Amino acid sequence: MELYDLTIHELKERLVDQEISVTEVLNTFYERIDQVDDSVRAYVSLTRDEAYQRAGEDLTGSLAGIPLAIKDNMSTEGIKTTCSSNILNNYRPPYDATVVKKLKEAGAIMLGKANMDEFAMGSSTENSGFFKTHNPWNLDHAPGGSSGGSAAAVAAGEAAGALGSDTGGSIRQPAAYCGVVGLKPTYGNVSRYGLVAFASSLDQIGPITKDVKDSAILLNAITGHDPMDSTSVKIDKPDYTEFIKEDVKGLKIGLPEEYFSLEINSEVKESVLTAVKKMEEAGAIVEEVSLPSAEYALAAYYIIAPAEASSNLARYDGVRYGFRSEQASNVSEMFTTTRNQGFGDEVKRRIMLGTYVLSSGYYDAYYLKAQKVRTLIKEDFDKLFKEYDLLISPTTPTTAFKLGEMSDPLEMYQMDIFTVPINIAGIPAISLPSGFDSAGLPIGLQIMGPHFGEGKILQAAYTLEQLLNIKDKRAKVEVSK
Amino acid sequence: MISKKDVEYIANLANLKVDEADKDVFAKQLGDILEYVEKLNELDTDGVVPTAYTVPMKNVFREDKAEPSIERDKALANAPDKKDGQFRVPPIISE
Repeated sequence: MELYDLTIHELKERLVDQEISVTEVLNTFYERIDQVDDSVRAYVSLTRDEAYQRAGEDLTGSLAGIPLAIKDNMSTEGIKTTCSSNILNNYRPPYDATVVKKLKEAGAIMLGKANMDEFAMGSSTENSGFFKTHNPWNLDHAPGGSSGGSAAAVAAGEAAGALGSDTGGSIRQPAAYCGVVGLKPTYGNVSRYGLVAFASSLDQIGPITKDVKDSAILLNAITGHDPMDSTSVKIDKPDYTEFIKEDVKGLKIGLPEEYFSLEINSEVKESVLTAVKKMEEAGAIVEEVSLPSAEYALAAYYIIAPAEASSNLARYDGVRYGFRSEQASNVSEMFTTTRNQGFGDEVKRRIMLGTYVLSSGYYDAYYLKAQKVRTLIKEDFDKLFKEYDLLISPTTPTTAFKLGEMSDPLEMYQMDIFTVPINIAGIPAISLPSGFDSAGLPIGLQIMGPHFGEGKILQAAYTLEQLLNIKDKRAKVEVSK
Repeated sequence: MISKKDVEYIANLANLKVDEADKDVFAKQLGDILEYVEKLNELDTDGVVPTAYTVPMKNVFREDKAEPSIERDKALANAPDKKDGQFRVPPIISE
């Protein structure tokens, strides 16, 4: 195994034992990036100079010397933060997002900013305002989205780990497509201060890693109450690495029948059910359960998310930061031409959808209705978690689709059908690889837990990961000339 | 369900300009999505309290104390156009 194939905890051991130096680690990862990123295109910008400067510092903390990729919607002081949008293509934030600050304090080193769907809107990273990212397992396929750059970077050995953000599945879906581990924490567990807002009541930052233990290590570094984020929850912070142990004896797991009865790829279904069988053999109690309102989650999402986005994206007017159109004779024209030239089609579509559902006469019929349905979905989950520790489903109905294959937005939205209910209910969920389809593309399995049940999720995921024994399988990136 | 005129109206509200050629495409796509979300009407939500945030949250206030804000130079650093310590924009009222 190459150095760039190692997990965070493996790299950490070697750094602590002084088998390798931080500079050697950086050299390895940047060499790998130089070798494969022309094909994968995971990064929108690299922070080589800053990284080597950091390597010269006396780094301490749980992530000392660990090189990471950061999704380009998290603010990095003085370093371009674009959201992969032309409207922010030159924006350099005057401050660090709380997660970035926390990672720095833990000694981590940022390799660069990862590509994404523009403003995190999309499920393929094809909606990036700059370029498409490719799936390291097969470059003709999409890496998923919107954290496609982060997931592809980890899968291709271009980063030891990464941060992504998840509004409707944007960490878990690309993690599933790229064969890595992606965790969406409980809403309010990780500060959103400095995360460029898409849909404020749904967005949550989380780790994308090569294995489950790394996920716990990164989660430890980024959680905690933040007075700068009024939605950040004050709770005692557990040490998530303490949950990294093999034990699912007596654990009650529910399989939502609504998830499995949908039209899903048979290889995906079989892989997930085989994995669940292994957990049962290891002592878990598995039962079929019902989550009746889950099928309405996607419809509620496509009202709530665009509504909040239309409001959050109203700030891009070309006055204080970002791109400004020069083709305007007055200020009002400047706003519209700036927004017209700066935003891509998917962003415009969602802004218009959001504006429509919030407009006079439609608010009650759409937005209020969706918020009520949200209550029903949350209650459904709450009820199940009184009886079951965790729920399991596939992460996505299929494996990674081909780039350019999805032209209809509504069809693309269906890729998030299993991940969206989790954001609507605000609960945590992880995606980890459960196997591969006949074309060699990774299959993702999703484990969901109650609010602040990350520990239990990690324990079950870790146990399953040991049982499946595929965690050392890495993508062999085809290097094009 | 959504007409070209609706698209123009919404775009205007959202401070967006939609190119003529795209209006039909957006009308069709927005119409399809709105038709899909009609599905929610299958659920009876009479008397259901809407949820905005899924974790318990009370009013969050910081101490009522004046604190320094972001420095002017930093706030202006990203401005596409600035003059005399201020953001500069084209005329608001033109001839």
